[in-house]
Amino acid sequence: MSERKVRVIVAKPGLDGHDRGAKVVARALRDAGMEVIYTGLRQTPEQIVQTAIQEDADAIGISILSGAHEYYFGRIIELLKERKASDILVFGGGVIPEDDVPKLKAMGAGAIFGPGTPTSVCIDWLNSAVREKWARETA
Amino acid sequence: MEKLIARALEGDHRSIARLISLVESESPQAEIIMRKIYPHSGKAHIIGLTGSPGAGKSTLADKIIAHFKSLGKTVGVIAVDPSSPFTGGAILGDRLRMQQHAVDPDVFIRSMGTRGSLGGLSRSTQEAALILDACGKDVVLIETVGVGQSEVDIVKIADTVGLILVPGMGDDIQIMKAGIMEIADIFIVNKADRDGADRVATEVNMMLDLLGMRPWRPPVLKTIAERNEGVEEVVSEMTRHADFLRRSEEGRRRRWQRLGMEVEEILRREIAAMVEVAWEKEKSPELFELLAARKTTPYEVAERILGTILTETCD
Repeated sequence: MSERKVRVIVAKPGLDGHDRGAKVVARALRDAGMEVIYTGLRQTPEQIVQTAIQEDADAIGISILSGAHEYYFGRIIELLKERKASDILVFGGGVIPEDDVPKLKAMGAGAIFGPGTPTSVCIDWLNSAVREKWARETA
Repeated sequence: MEKLIARALEGDHRSIARLISLVESESPQAEIIMRKIYPHSGKAHIIGLTGSPGAGKSTLADKIIAHFKSLGKTVGVIAVDPSSPFTGGAILGDRLRMQQHAVDPDVFIRSMGTRGSLGGLSRSTQEAALILDACGKDVVLIETVGVGQSEVDIVKIADTVGLILVPGMGDDIQIMKAGIMEIADIFIVNKADRDGADRVATEVNMMLDLLGMRPWRPPVLKTIAERNEGVEEVVSEMTRHADFLRRSEEGRRRRWQRLGMEVEEILRREIAAMVEVAWEKEKSPELFELLAARKTTPYEVAERILGTILTETCD
Protein backbone atom coordinates (compact mmCIF):
# COMPACT_ATOMS: atom_id res chain seq x y z
CA MET A 1 0.00 0.00 0.00
CA SER A 2 1.30 3.39 -0.98
CA GLU A 3 1.16 5.78 1.98
CA ARG A 4 -0.56 9.12 1.92
CA LYS A 5 1.81 11.92 0.97
CA VAL A 6 1.84 15.46 2.24
CA ARG A 7 0.84 17.68 -0.71
CA VAL A 8 1.78 21.33 -0.55
CA ILE A 9 1.15 24.24 -2.91
CA VAL A 10 4.02 26.71 -3.10
CA ALA A 11 2.69 29.93 -4.56
CA LYS A 12 3.81 33.46 -5.32
CA PRO A 13 0.86 35.84 -5.33
CA GLY A 14 0.88 39.25 -6.90
CA LEU A 15 3.42 41.10 -8.92
CA ASP A 16 6.56 40.46 -6.90
CA GLY A 17 8.89 38.38 -9.02
CA HIS A 18 11.42 37.23 -6.44
CA ASP A 19 11.01 33.47 -6.43
CA ARG A 20 14.38 32.32 -5.10
CA GLY A 21 12.97 31.84 -1.59
CA ALA A 22 9.93 29.96 -2.83
CA LYS A 23 12.17 27.66 -4.86
CA VAL A 24 14.48 26.97 -1.91
CA VAL A 25 11.49 26.05 0.24
CA ALA A 26 9.93 23.93 -2.54
CA ARG A 27 13.16 22.01 -2.94
CA ALA A 28 13.52 21.49 0.83
CA LEU A 29 9.97 20.17 1.11
CA ARG A 30 10.62 17.82 -1.81
CA ASP A 31 13.69 16.47 -0.04
CA ALA A 32 11.55 15.93 3.03
CA GLY A 33 9.43 13.53 0.96
CA MET A 34 6.53 15.84 0.21
CA GLU A 35 4.79 16.45 -3.11
CA VAL A 36 5.18 20.11 -3.92
CA ILE A 37 2.93 21.69 -6.51
CA TYR A 38 4.69 24.78 -7.77
CA THR A 39 2.39 27.37 -9.32
CA GLY A 40 4.93 29.88 -10.52
CA LEU A 41 4.81 33.65 -10.35
CA ARG A 42 2.08 36.25 -10.40
CA GLN A 43 -0.81 34.16 -9.16
CA THR A 44 -4.14 35.58 -8.09
CA PRO A 45 -5.69 34.39 -4.82
CA GLU A 46 -8.44 32.75 -6.90
CA GLN A 47 -5.88 30.76 -8.91
CA ILE A 48 -4.07 29.68 -5.76
CA VAL A 49 -7.22 28.52 -3.97
CA GLN A 50 -8.60 26.73 -7.04
CA THR A 51 -5.24 25.00 -7.51
CA ALA A 52 -5.22 23.86 -3.88
CA ILE A 53 -8.70 22.41 -4.30
CA GLN A 54 -8.00 20.55 -7.55
CA GLU A 55 -4.73 19.22 -6.20
CA ASP A 56 -6.38 18.20 -2.90
CA ALA A 57 -3.51 19.94 -1.15
CA ASP A 58 -2.98 19.74 2.59
CA ALA A 59 -1.39 23.16 2.77
CA ILE A 60 -0.71 26.35 0.84
CA GLY A 61 2.66 28.02 1.33
CA ILE A 62 2.78 31.65 0.26
CA SER A 63 5.95 33.55 -0.40
CA ILE A 64 5.60 37.34 -0.34
CA LEU A 65 8.31 39.96 -0.48
CA SER A 66 6.22 42.86 -1.69
CA GLY A 67 4.63 44.03 1.55
CA ALA A 68 1.14 43.06 0.42
CA HIS A 69 0.96 40.10 2.80
CA GLU A 70 -2.07 41.29 4.71
CA TYR A 71 -4.20 41.52 1.61
CA TYR A 72 -3.08 38.20 0.11
CA PHE A 73 -3.29 36.12 3.28
CA GLY A 74 -6.67 37.66 4.05
CA ARG A 75 -8.08 37.07 0.59
CA ILE A 76 -6.79 33.49 0.29
CA ILE A 77 -8.14 32.52 3.72
CA GLU A 78 -11.47 34.16 2.88
CA LEU A 79 -11.74 32.29 -0.44
CA LEU A 80 -10.94 29.00 1.27
CA LYS A 81 -13.83 29.68 3.67
CA GLU A 82 -16.16 30.47 0.77
CA ARG A 83 -15.22 27.22 -0.92
CA LYS A 84 -15.68 25.30 2.35
CA ALA A 85 -12.01 24.37 2.22
CA SER A 86 -10.82 25.96 5.45
CA ASP A 87 -9.25 22.68 6.47
CA ILE A 88 -6.41 23.47 4.03
CA LEU A 89 -3.57 24.97 6.08
CA VAL A 90 -2.09 28.32 5.11
CA PHE A 91 1.46 29.29 5.98
CA GLY A 92 4.02 31.60 4.52
CA GLY A 93 7.23 33.48 4.57
CA GLY A 94 9.20 36.23 2.96
CA VAL A 95 9.68 39.76 4.12
CA ILE A 96 7.00 40.07 6.76
CA PRO A 97 7.54 42.41 9.75
CA GLU A 98 7.37 40.74 13.18
CA ASP A 99 4.58 43.12 14.16
CA ASP A 100 2.32 41.83 11.41
CA VAL A 101 2.67 38.17 12.34
CA PRO A 102 0.00 38.15 15.11
CA LYS A 103 -2.45 39.81 12.70
CA LEU A 104 -1.86 37.16 10.03
CA LYS A 105 -2.23 34.39 12.59
CA ALA A 106 -5.47 35.89 13.83
CA MET A 107 -6.76 35.76 10.23
CA GLY A 108 -6.03 32.03 10.20
CA ALA A 109 -2.45 31.63 8.99
CA GLY A 110 -0.92 28.59 10.66
CA ALA A 111 2.67 29.79 10.72
CA ILE A 112 4.87 32.57 9.35
CA PHE A 113 8.55 31.90 8.76
CA GLY A 114 10.73 34.97 8.57
CA PRO A 115 14.06 35.40 6.79
CA GLY A 116 16.79 33.14 8.17
CA THR A 117 14.45 30.39 9.36
CA PRO A 118 16.11 27.00 8.81
CA THR A 119 14.03 24.96 6.35
CA SER A 120 13.91 22.17 8.94
CA VAL A 121 11.72 24.36 11.18
CA CYS A 122 9.23 24.78 8.36
CA ILE A 123 9.31 21.05 7.54
CA ASP A 124 8.76 20.04 11.16
CA TRP A 125 5.85 22.42 11.53
CA LEU A 126 4.24 21.19 8.29
CA ASN A 127 4.69 17.53 9.15
CA SER A 128 3.00 17.86 12.50
CA ALA A 129 0.29 20.30 11.39
CA VAL A 130 -0.66 18.12 8.41
CA ARG A 131 -0.77 14.97 10.53
CA GLU A 132 -3.12 16.75 12.94
CA LYS A 133 -5.27 17.73 9.96
CA TRP A 134 -5.40 14.09 8.81
CA ALA A 135 -6.36 12.99 12.31
CA ARG A 136 -9.26 15.49 12.28
CA GLU A 137 -10.41 14.12 8.90
CA THR A 138 -10.70 10.55 10.12
CA ALA A 139 -12.21 11.57 13.49
CA MET B 1 -18.44 7.99 0.74
CA GLU B 2 -21.71 7.65 -1.22
CA LYS B 3 -22.22 11.40 -0.95
CA LEU B 4 -18.66 12.16 -1.99
CA ILE B 5 -19.01 10.01 -5.11
CA ALA B 6 -22.40 11.52 -5.95
CA ARG B 7 -21.02 15.06 -5.65
CA ALA B 8 -18.02 14.15 -7.79
CA LEU B 9 -20.25 12.70 -10.49
CA GLU B 10 -22.11 16.03 -10.52
CA GLY B 11 -18.77 17.65 -11.31
CA ASP B 12 -17.83 19.15 -7.93
CA HIS B 13 -14.10 19.79 -8.11
CA ARG B 14 -13.35 19.35 -4.41
CA SER B 15 -15.01 15.90 -4.40
CA ILE B 16 -13.26 14.83 -7.60
CA ALA B 17 -9.94 15.89 -6.08
CA ARG B 18 -10.66 13.89 -2.92
CA LEU B 19 -11.55 10.75 -4.89
CA ILE B 20 -8.32 10.96 -6.87
CA SER B 21 -6.30 11.27 -3.64
CA LEU B 22 -8.02 8.28 -2.06
CA VAL B 23 -7.31 6.17 -5.13
CA GLU B 24 -3.77 7.48 -5.44
CA SER B 25 -2.86 6.63 -1.85
CA GLU B 26 -4.37 3.16 -2.38
CA SER B 27 -6.75 3.64 0.51
CA PRO B 28 -9.04 0.74 1.44
CA GLN B 29 -11.91 2.69 -0.15
CA ALA B 30 -10.19 2.83 -3.53
CA GLU B 31 -11.86 -0.30 -4.83
CA ILE B 32 -15.31 0.80 -3.70
CA ILE B 33 -14.79 4.13 -5.45
CA MET B 34 -13.66 2.56 -8.72
CA ARG B 35 -16.57 0.09 -8.73
CA LYS B 36 -19.03 2.98 -8.41
CA ILE B 37 -17.22 5.24 -10.85
CA TYR B 38 -16.50 2.76 -13.62
CA PRO B 39 -20.04 2.44 -15.04
CA HIS B 40 -20.09 6.21 -15.64
CA SER B 41 -16.81 6.24 -17.56
CA GLY B 42 -16.07 5.46 -21.18
CA LYS B 43 -17.34 8.68 -22.70
CA ALA B 44 -14.26 10.89 -22.70
CA HIS B 45 -11.60 11.12 -25.37
CA ILE B 46 -8.42 10.20 -23.53
CA ILE B 47 -5.35 11.83 -25.03
CA GLY B 48 -1.75 11.21 -24.04
CA LEU B 49 1.02 13.71 -24.58
CA THR B 50 4.52 12.36 -24.31
CA GLY B 51 8.04 13.39 -25.24
CA SER B 52 11.44 14.13 -23.78
CA PRO B 53 11.95 16.61 -20.91
CA GLY B 54 11.74 20.16 -22.17
CA ALA B 55 10.12 19.22 -25.49
CA GLY B 56 7.20 21.50 -24.65
CA LYS B 57 4.55 19.08 -23.39
CA SER B 58 3.10 21.40 -20.75
CA THR B 59 3.16 24.46 -22.98
CA LEU B 60 1.45 22.53 -25.76
CA ALA B 61 -1.04 21.06 -23.24
CA ASP B 62 -1.91 24.59 -22.16
CA LYS B 63 -2.70 25.59 -25.74
CA ILE B 64 -4.56 22.34 -26.48
CA ILE B 65 -6.80 22.93 -23.45
CA ALA B 66 -7.63 26.40 -24.79
CA HIS B 67 -8.53 25.00 -28.23
CA PHE B 68 -10.79 22.28 -26.86
CA LYS B 69 -12.41 24.90 -24.65
CA SER B 70 -13.12 27.08 -27.67
CA LEU B 71 -14.90 24.08 -29.20
CA GLY B 72 -17.13 23.99 -26.12
CA LYS B 73 -15.51 20.96 -24.51
CA THR B 74 -14.73 20.43 -20.84
CA VAL B 75 -11.19 19.26 -20.16
CA GLY B 76 -9.54 17.21 -17.42
CA VAL B 77 -5.76 17.19 -17.23
CA ILE B 78 -3.42 14.83 -15.43
CA ALA B 79 0.18 15.99 -15.39
CA VAL B 80 2.72 13.46 -14.18
CA ASP B 81 6.15 14.44 -12.90
CA PRO B 82 8.85 12.20 -11.40
CA SER B 83 8.98 11.35 -7.69
CA SER B 84 12.37 11.10 -6.07
CA PRO B 85 13.52 7.48 -5.79
CA PHE B 86 15.36 8.49 -2.61
CA THR B 87 12.88 10.52 -0.58
CA GLY B 88 9.59 9.94 -2.40
CA GLY B 89 9.17 13.71 -2.65
CA ALA B 90 8.43 15.52 -5.90
CA ILE B 91 8.25 18.93 -7.49
CA LEU B 92 5.11 18.94 -9.58
CA GLY B 93 5.63 21.86 -11.90
CA ASP B 94 3.72 21.08 -15.09
CA ARG B 95 0.65 23.07 -14.17
CA LEU B 96 2.82 26.15 -13.86
CA ARG B 97 2.34 26.56 -17.62
CA MET B 98 -1.39 25.92 -17.48
CA GLN B 99 -2.35 28.32 -14.69
CA GLN B 100 -4.41 30.51 -17.04
CA HIS B 101 -7.01 27.73 -16.82
CA ALA B 102 -6.85 27.37 -13.02
CA VAL B 103 -10.06 29.27 -12.32
CA ASP B 104 -12.03 27.89 -15.26
CA PRO B 105 -14.82 25.69 -13.86
CA ASP B 106 -14.72 23.56 -17.03
CA VAL B 107 -11.06 22.67 -16.63
CA PHE B 108 -9.69 20.42 -13.90
CA ILE B 109 -5.93 20.04 -13.62
CA ARG B 110 -4.30 17.50 -11.35
CA SER B 111 -0.58 16.88 -10.82
CA MET B 112 0.69 13.44 -9.88
CA GLY B 113 4.10 12.12 -8.82
CA THR B 114 5.21 8.83 -10.38
CA ARG B 115 5.61 7.30 -6.88
CA GLY B 116 7.99 4.62 -8.05
CA SER B 117 6.49 3.72 -11.44
CA LEU B 118 8.88 3.61 -14.35
CA GLY B 119 6.65 3.62 -17.43
CA GLY B 120 6.18 7.40 -17.63
CA LEU B 121 2.97 7.44 -15.54
CA SER B 122 2.04 6.64 -11.96
CA ARG B 123 0.20 3.54 -10.88
CA SER B 124 -3.04 5.42 -10.36
CA THR B 125 -2.99 7.56 -13.50
CA GLN B 126 -5.49 5.32 -15.24
CA GLU B 127 -7.89 5.42 -12.29
CA ALA B 128 -7.56 9.20 -12.11
CA ALA B 129 -8.36 9.41 -15.83
CA LEU B 130 -11.43 7.19 -15.35
CA ILE B 131 -12.60 9.42 -12.50
CA LEU B 132 -12.29 12.58 -14.64
CA ASP B 133 -14.06 10.80 -17.49
CA ALA B 134 -16.92 9.63 -15.24
CA CYS B 135 -17.24 13.08 -13.67
CA GLY B 136 -18.09 14.61 -17.00
CA LYS B 137 -14.92 15.84 -18.68
CA ASP B 138 -15.23 15.49 -22.47
CA VAL B 139 -11.50 15.33 -22.99
CA VAL B 140 -8.92 13.91 -20.58
CA LEU B 141 -5.41 15.01 -21.38
CA ILE B 142 -2.58 13.06 -19.76
CA GLU B 143 0.88 14.52 -19.80
CA THR B 144 3.54 11.90 -19.07
CA VAL B 145 6.84 12.58 -17.34
CA GLY B 146 9.62 13.61 -19.68
CA VAL B 147 10.46 10.30 -21.30
CA GLY B 148 13.42 8.67 -22.98
CA GLN B 149 13.06 5.83 -25.42
CA SER B 150 10.98 3.20 -23.74
CA GLU B 151 8.46 4.66 -21.31
CA VAL B 152 5.38 3.64 -23.25
CA ASP B 153 2.72 2.98 -20.58
CA ILE B 154 0.65 5.84 -21.97
CA VAL B 155 -0.36 3.69 -24.92
CA LYS B 156 -2.16 1.37 -22.49
CA ILE B 157 -4.55 4.05 -21.30
CA ALA B 158 -4.87 6.73 -23.98
CA ASP B 159 -7.08 6.59 -27.08
CA THR B 160 -4.79 8.96 -28.90
CA VAL B 161 -1.08 9.38 -28.21
CA GLY B 162 0.72 12.53 -29.34
CA LEU B 163 4.50 12.27 -29.34
CA ILE B 164 6.32 15.58 -29.18
CA LEU B 165 9.70 15.76 -30.87
CA VAL B 166 12.06 18.70 -31.12
CA PRO B 167 14.82 19.42 -33.64
CA GLY B 168 18.36 18.49 -32.76
CA MET B 169 17.78 15.27 -30.85
CA GLY B 170 19.63 12.91 -33.17
CA ASP B 171 19.66 11.43 -36.63
CA ASP B 172 17.28 9.24 -38.59
CA ILE B 173 18.46 6.10 -36.81
CA GLN B 174 16.98 7.48 -33.57
CA ILE B 175 13.71 7.78 -35.43
CA MET B 176 13.88 4.18 -36.65
CA LYS B 177 14.39 2.78 -33.17
CA ALA B 178 11.80 0.67 -31.40
CA GLY B 179 9.87 1.88 -28.39
CA ILE B 180 8.48 5.36 -28.08
CA MET B 181 8.47 5.99 -31.85
CA GLU B 182 6.05 3.09 -32.31
CA ILE B 183 3.28 4.34 -30.04
CA ALA B 184 2.45 7.70 -31.60
CA ASP B 185 -0.87 8.31 -33.35
CA ILE B 186 0.21 11.87 -34.03
CA PHE B 187 3.75 13.16 -34.33
CA ILE B 188 4.27 16.74 -33.28
CA VAL B 189 7.51 18.50 -34.13
CA ASN B 190 7.52 21.36 -31.64
CA LYS B 191 9.81 24.39 -31.58
CA ALA B 192 9.47 24.28 -35.35
CA ASP B 193 11.10 27.70 -35.71
CA ARG B 194 14.42 26.07 -34.86
CA ASP B 195 16.89 24.72 -37.38
CA GLY B 196 16.33 21.14 -38.36
CA ALA B 197 12.57 21.00 -37.77
CA ASP B 198 11.85 20.19 -41.41
CA ARG B 199 14.45 17.46 -41.37
CA VAL B 200 12.89 15.80 -38.33
CA ALA B 201 9.47 15.94 -39.96
CA THR B 202 10.80 14.48 -43.21
CA GLU B 203 12.62 11.69 -41.42
CA VAL B 204 9.53 10.73 -39.44
CA ASN B 205 7.49 10.76 -42.64
CA MET B 206 10.03 8.54 -44.37
CA MET B 207 10.01 6.13 -41.45
CA LEU B 208 6.22 6.01 -41.60
CA ASP B 209 6.24 5.41 -45.36
CA LEU B 210 8.48 2.41 -44.86
CA LEU B 211 5.79 0.83 -42.71
CA GLY B 212 3.45 0.71 -45.70
CA MET B 213 -0.32 0.99 -45.74
CA ARG B 214 -2.02 1.00 -42.37
CA PRO B 215 -5.56 1.93 -41.37
CA TRP B 216 -4.30 5.04 -39.55
CA ARG B 217 -1.27 6.78 -40.93
CA PRO B 218 -0.01 9.09 -38.14
CA PRO B 219 0.16 12.69 -39.30
CA VAL B 220 3.36 14.64 -38.72
CA LEU B 221 2.59 18.18 -37.60
CA LYS B 222 4.78 21.15 -36.86
CA THR B 223 4.04 23.50 -33.96
CA ILE B 224 5.48 26.43 -32.09
CA ALA B 225 3.52 25.88 -28.89
CA GLU B 226 4.70 29.03 -27.19
CA ARG B 227 3.24 31.15 -30.00
CA ASN B 228 0.15 28.95 -30.37
CA GLU B 229 1.15 28.10 -33.95
CA GLY B 230 -0.01 24.80 -35.41
CA VAL B 231 -1.99 23.87 -32.30
CA GLU B 232 -5.38 24.09 -33.98
CA GLU B 233 -4.31 21.43 -36.43
CA VAL B 234 -3.06 19.20 -33.61
CA VAL B 235 -6.47 19.41 -31.95
CA SER B 236 -8.34 18.71 -35.18
CA GLU B 237 -6.12 15.69 -35.94
CA MET B 238 -6.70 14.42 -32.39
CA THR B 239 -10.43 14.67 -32.94
CA ARG B 240 -10.13 12.99 -36.34
CA HIS B 241 -8.25 10.14 -34.66
CA ALA B 242 -11.01 9.75 -32.06
CA ASP B 243 -13.55 9.51 -34.92
CA PHE B 244 -11.37 6.97 -36.67
CA LEU B 245 -11.24 4.83 -33.52
CA ARG B 246 -14.99 5.07 -33.08
CA ARG B 247 -15.79 3.60 -36.46
CA SER B 248 -12.86 1.36 -37.37
CA GLU B 249 -11.98 -2.25 -36.69
CA GLU B 250 -8.65 -0.96 -35.36
CA GLY B 251 -10.52 1.12 -32.79
CA ARG B 252 -12.53 -1.86 -31.63
CA ARG B 253 -9.36 -3.95 -31.36
CA ARG B 254 -7.72 -1.30 -29.21
CA ARG B 255 -10.72 -0.89 -26.95
CA TRP B 256 -10.90 -4.65 -26.36
CA GLN B 257 -7.20 -4.87 -25.77
CA ARG B 258 -7.38 -2.13 -23.18
CA LEU B 259 -10.37 -3.68 -21.40
CA GLY B 260 -8.48 -6.97 -21.32
CA MET B 261 -5.49 -5.24 -19.77
CA GLU B 262 -7.71 -3.64 -17.12
CA VAL B 263 -9.06 -7.04 -16.08
CA GLU B 264 -5.59 -8.58 -16.10
CA GLU B 265 -4.24 -5.74 -13.97
CA ILE B 266 -6.93 -6.21 -11.31
CA LEU B 267 -6.42 -9.99 -11.33
CA ARG B 268 -2.72 -9.56 -10.93
CA ARG B 269 -3.14 -7.14 -8.05
CA GLU B 270 -5.59 -9.46 -6.21
CA ILE B 271 -3.39 -12.50 -6.72
CA ALA B 272 -0.31 -10.59 -5.60
CA ALA B 273 -2.13 -9.71 -2.38
CA MET B 274 -2.98 -13.39 -1.77
CA VAL B 275 0.58 -14.44 -2.47
CA GLU B 276 1.88 -11.88 -0.01
CA VAL B 277 -0.38 -13.14 2.77
CA ALA B 278 0.43 -16.79 2.12
CA TRP B 279 4.17 -16.20 1.92
CA GLU B 280 4.13 -14.18 5.17
CA LYS B 281 2.53 -17.18 6.90
CA GLU B 282 4.92 -19.72 5.41
CA LYS B 283 8.17 -17.84 6.06
CA SER B 284 10.25 -19.22 8.92
CA PRO B 285 13.92 -19.49 9.96
CA GLU B 286 13.63 -23.29 9.52
CA LEU B 287 12.47 -22.88 5.95
CA PHE B 288 15.34 -20.54 5.16
CA GLU B 289 17.77 -23.07 6.72
CA LEU B 290 16.37 -25.82 4.52
CA LEU B 291 16.65 -23.61 1.44
CA ALA B 292 20.20 -22.54 2.29
CA ALA B 293 21.27 -26.15 2.83
CA ARG B 294 19.67 -27.06 -0.51
CA LYS B 295 17.40 -29.59 1.22
CA THR B 296 14.50 -28.06 -0.61
CA THR B 297 14.22 -25.72 -3.59
CA PRO B 298 12.42 -22.41 -4.10
CA TYR B 299 10.37 -24.23 -6.75
CA GLU B 300 9.06 -26.78 -4.26
CA VAL B 301 8.30 -24.10 -1.68
CA ALA B 302 6.45 -22.00 -4.24
CA GLU B 303 4.50 -25.01 -5.43
CA ARG B 304 3.41 -25.82 -1.88
CA ILE B 305 2.35 -22.23 -1.18
CA LEU B 306 0.44 -22.10 -4.42
CA GLY B 307 -1.29 -25.33 -3.38
CA THR B 308 -2.37 -23.76 -0.07
CA ILE B 309 -3.66 -20.65 -1.83
CA LEU B 310 -5.68 -22.72 -4.27
CA THR B 311 -7.24 -25.00 -1.63
CA GLU B 312 -7.99 -22.02 0.63
CA THR B 313 -9.73 -20.08 -2.11
CA CYS B 314 -11.72 -23.12 -3.20
CA ASP B 315 -13.08 -23.70 0.32
